[in-house]
Amino acid sequence: MIENRRFGNLSAHLVLIVGVVIVAFPVYLAVIASTHSADTIANGQLSLLPGGEFVENYRRALFIGTSRTTRALVATMLFNSFVMAMAIALGKIAISLLSAFAIVYFRFPFRKVAFWAIFLTLMVPVEVRIYPTYAIAANLNLLDTYTGLALPLIASATATLLFRQFFMTVPEELTEAAQIDAAGPMRFFRDILLPLSRTNLAALFVILFIYGWNQYLWPLLITTRDDMTTIVIGIKKIVATHDALTEWQLAMATAVLAMLPPVAVVIFMQKLFVKGLIETEK
Amino acid sequence: MEKRVVFSHKILPYLLLAPQLAITIIFFYLPASQALRQSFFIEDAFGTSSDFVGLENYRYVFSDPSYYKAIATTAIFAAAVTICSLSFALLLAVMADREIKGATVYRTLLVWPYAVAPAIAGVLFIFLFQPSLGLLARALMAIGVDWNPLLDGKQALTLVIVAATWKQVSYNFLFFLAGLQAIPKSLIEAAAIDGARPWRRFLTIIFPLLSPTTFFLVAVNIVYVFFDTFGIIDAVTGGGPAQATQTLVYKVYNDGRLGGDLGGSAAQSVILMLIVVALTSVQFRFVDRRVNY
Repeated sequence: MIENRRFGNLSAHLVLIVGVVIVAFPVYLAVIASTHSADTIANGQLSLLPGGEFVENYRRALFIGTSRTTRALVATMLFNSFVMAMAIALGKIAISLLSAFAIVYFRFPFRKVAFWAIFLTLMVPVEVRIYPTYAIAANLNLLDTYTGLALPLIASATATLLFRQFFMTVPEELTEAAQIDAAGPMRFFRDILLPLSRTNLAALFVILFIYGWNQYLWPLLITTRDDMTTIVIGIKKIVATHDALTEWQLAMATAVLAMLPPVAVVIFMQKLFVKGLIETEK
Repeated sequence: MEKRVVFSHKILPYLLLAPQLAITIIFFYLPASQALRQSFFIEDAFGTSSDFVGLENYRYVFSDPSYYKAIATTAIFAAAVTICSLSFALLLAVMADREIKGATVYRTLLVWPYAVAPAIAGVLFIFLFQPSLGLLARALMAIGVDWNPLLDGKQALTLVIVAATWKQVSYNFLFFLAGLQAIPKSLIEAAAIDGARPWRRFLTIIFPLLSPTTFFLVAVNIVYVFFDTFGIIDAVTGGGPAQATQTLVYKVYNDGRLGGDLGGSAAQSVILMLIVVALTSVQFRFVDRRVNY
């Protein structure tokens, strides 16, 4: 410590506590609202303490649904989101591992071209090619399918670059040793590269799971059936902005359920999360 | 940098690359080139006929007042979110970088909003600021603000900015904290011995050394506002009222969907792609000089 300043440390705590309160307040209120009845919220009598409707609200949101609709249940939407997030995260990791392996450990014609073709996808995010991508997915009969939700998002320049960078740091001696032992490329990949990549894999998985879970625009386009919507899309349908009759206690219960998996991942795997976040931005 | 020891195989590398390249071509380059092609054609609403019109779509886009409005909205949005979230995050990071008790607990409590989906963040803020029952909306009205983001464009934009800022603070905080921790303590100690007070040390040593991180974050935040705030806008305002919260990306979506103006939407997409190329190159230029853990 540079100088011991009791007042300085006290003010640091104060600023951080205020910061945490500001950051946490919207979520805290959502949790509180999800434990009150619709009337309490509609009359503006929401207190800052939990109410008694916790079980009822979550049961209704998960398994019964809002009153005047035939929309999918939150349980279904959670399941869809989970499938999509896992497929995106694992798919991205799998194909990026393979392509980085090819680019780093082989010499072949068009190697540079392949690398740049992958790299340049950073320049065309889905938001700028919305309708043509949708048209292609529709032609391939991918609307309202899990494949359609995940597959178009699986290509990954960032993950490929990350694995490429990591493979470059793997000592050449390991490759030589493997070749002396007459191990083929796939054997080397499976028995040496994969185990060495474990930490990177896990860190990347954390980031990609959150990325996949939080997708919005693409699922919005590709799903038309209620039973295929993801929870992040579904919540918007529950909150009808111009409708005074929104069942806010259910909307907030849904919001809490939608936040829970990715937030839990960040909190419980914080080391991997920070590593993944900083590595993917390199 | 290249590997010295490699495997030799004629077909295997292509097989390994095949899945990635197939998806890249089908879902990235094909649609991108179709957007480029469409931007030179006018198609009827059912897609049955299309006529080559040259730059007509572009001319139309640039003669449309609502396009300039979307540019202005995006610029205000980007500037406000970048400035607010960076300064708030920097303040918190500087405090969390001190050797105080519970620093890691604070870090945990500040980083998790990164995991909240933009659309969900939007919904949380609708609930806080809903004119008739929102807790903060009622507080605003109690102090005499005529609050109704459903009717007032400026208020709607403010609401979207607040939600977007809230969501981005944790990301900026993490990177600032990493940048701060990379600054050698000896530099700061030397300044302290020379009698520089904390504020002066921040201005003359810490902030300049953080500048690579800051530049990097400015680029990231602008990209974030351009693309990732789509969910917030769609959930909170749907681009309204009267297009007051319609950003460039949201306009591409809206024009193609509601208006069925695919040519115009495609021309806007192409312009956006050029912007992304510019932003990404800036981002990569600064990445090399960035401070890391």
